[in-house]
Amino acid sequence: MWTLGLAGVVTIALGALISILSRNDYDGLDAEDRFAFDPTFISFAGMSLGQLAMIVFGVLVVSNEYSTGMIRTSLAAVPQRGTFLFGKVVVATLLALAVGLATSFVTFFVGQAMLGPYQARLGDPGVLRAVIGGGLYMTLIAMFSMGVAAMLRSPMLSLGILMPFFFLISSILGNVSATEKVGRFLPDQAGSKIMQVKTPLDDDTPYGPWGGLAIMVAWVVVALAGGYAVLKKRDA
Amino acid sequence: MIELEGLTKRYGEKVAVNNLTFTVRPGMVTGFLGPNGAGKSTTMRMMLGLDNPSAGAVRIDGKHYAQLRDPLTYIGALLDAKATHGGRSAFNHLLCLAQSNGIPRARVGEVLDTVGLTAVARKKAKGFSLGMGQRLGIAGALLGDPEILMFDEPVNGLDPEGIHWIRNLMKSLAGQGRTVFVSSHLMSEMALTADHLVVIGQGRLLADTSMSDFIRRNSRSYVRLRSPERERLLDVLHRAEVTVTEAGDGVLEVDGTTAEHLGELAASHRIVLHELSPQQPPWRRRSCGSPPSRWSITRTPTTPARRRALPPGGPPAGASPGPRAGSGGRGTERWPRGRCCDRSGPRSARSPRRCGRSASPVSSPSRSGR
Repeated sequence: MWTLGLAGVVTIALGALISILSRNDYDGLDAEDRFAFDPTFISFAGMSLGQLAMIVFGVLVVSNEYSTGMIRTSLAAVPQRGTFLFGKVVVATLLALAVGLATSFVTFFVGQAMLGPYQARLGDPGVLRAVIGGGLYMTLIAMFSMGVAAMLRSPMLSLGILMPFFFLISSILGNVSATEKVGRFLPDQAGSKIMQVKTPLDDDTPYGPWGGLAIMVAWVVVALAGGYAVLKKRDA
Repeated sequence: MIELEGLTKRYGEKVAVNNLTFTVRPGMVTGFLGPNGAGKSTTMRMMLGLDNPSAGAVRIDGKHYAQLRDPLTYIGALLDAKATHGGRSAFNHLLCLAQSNGIPRARVGEVLDTVGLTAVARKKAKGFSLGMGQRLGIAGALLGDPEILMFDEPVNGLDPEGIHWIRNLMKSLAGQGRTVFVSSHLMSEMALTADHLVVIGQGRLLADTSMSDFIRRNSRSYVRLRSPERERLLDVLHRAEVTVTEAGDGVLEVDGTTAEHLGELAASHRIVLHELSPQQPPWRRRSCGSPPSRWSITRTPTTPARRRALPPGGPPAGASPGPRAGSGGRGTERWPRGRCCDRSGPRSARSPRRCGRSASPVSSPSRSGR
């Protein structure tokens, strides 16, 4: 549970910090960049670190059962493995959603306060969508991690794969022009699109904010389906 | 009732459980005996549907485990004492299990009281000792008041009081007409609790028989003789068609007759005897035959008083300790040997009072609350 708290705190704090920095930078920007300036997205900059805590939450929720051996007790109590996994994911998802949304809104307001004169308002076009999207994004990250952890079972292995993946590989792929087009379809890059209000100038992404979220949902579905298949087939 | 039919589990090339077919019946304690790695736990996991059998099937009251609705109310199992979420308190751990199976909340307090964990009910399970964890696991098994109970090595980590308590608990549960299935690698433990015995080694079924039968078939009793007139004694014994084994140091071992008979025989020939002692060798060390070749069993001290508390054939729980029926003294009392090996340990060390006592099985030991 501490991971959820951490996710919130890190996201808000870092969002606020980046917002302050951006505000100080704003004067130095040229006209073109000022046009593309997206106060909402900037306040969500902390999400890149906050999502790591969400990953930890998602992984631990599932893999903790395996590392303690509780899984055998649990499955003895609920032998219907589909029901078991579904129930677990639903509960954890609702928790993650609550925390994700709260974090997203608090981050937005704190971030905007820091941005001072350049702030966006919740009523501005696309802003509400982006803020709610931020919450959904964090929830989906947690769900994706649960699916991966259900497949891998070991918390070490799951974190060892997910952490570098979201923190390094995804952004490397996204920034190298040759792999940019592939990187775009990774869950975090696609999903984070929902938090943008203004599209960057040189953007040629073939999907919109909701399209991006849909791509992420697809990733989550695949991960959970994989987790279910493994749980169903393998010995506990 | 648990029915196993051709149950097999393979891990790659290795066959952990090989074509097991047996039935665990209600109303008695069925012991599941085998050395470490014989496949006991694997079999039990398959019974609970945790592991998928490579072949064969397990049916619980005619159904597969996964088809049971609220399975904890049919079958309660203690598999792994440490299989708890360490951050949860004992109470919450049991509450989670209860809620998942529609068991009323009040039952949690009851079972905690039964196993003597009430005092630490709000403590986190990760701080529990092995014995306390074991008790918590037993509480989980009892939670749904099930007709079938399964315990995997329940005495592990329990103190003597706790061991005594769990033995009586199992007997009283069986006495209530429930099915009790308990695994152990200790024959001595089985001899005290089980009425029926299923023995496996390297995944194969070695025996499926009543405890008294098993003991009769696998034990050997003999009489030890020492005499300064050894040659004359041997002559006399040969003429009486008694089989004698020389055990070295002038000791003779005689099978298949009583000490009384031998004593009278020697007296009628006026042979001086320095020793005439009936032996019921509990678990003599001997290299075993084929499958369980590495099977060695540590014997816990056995006293006559304790044996009286459990005559072969299985007493109802709470049978009063009394002299064993049947005469012949110790000569007729046989202990398994042969298939399994053991070393006789020091006798006694355990007070007869405790051993013979049959406490109320559900009352928890007073010291357990710590």
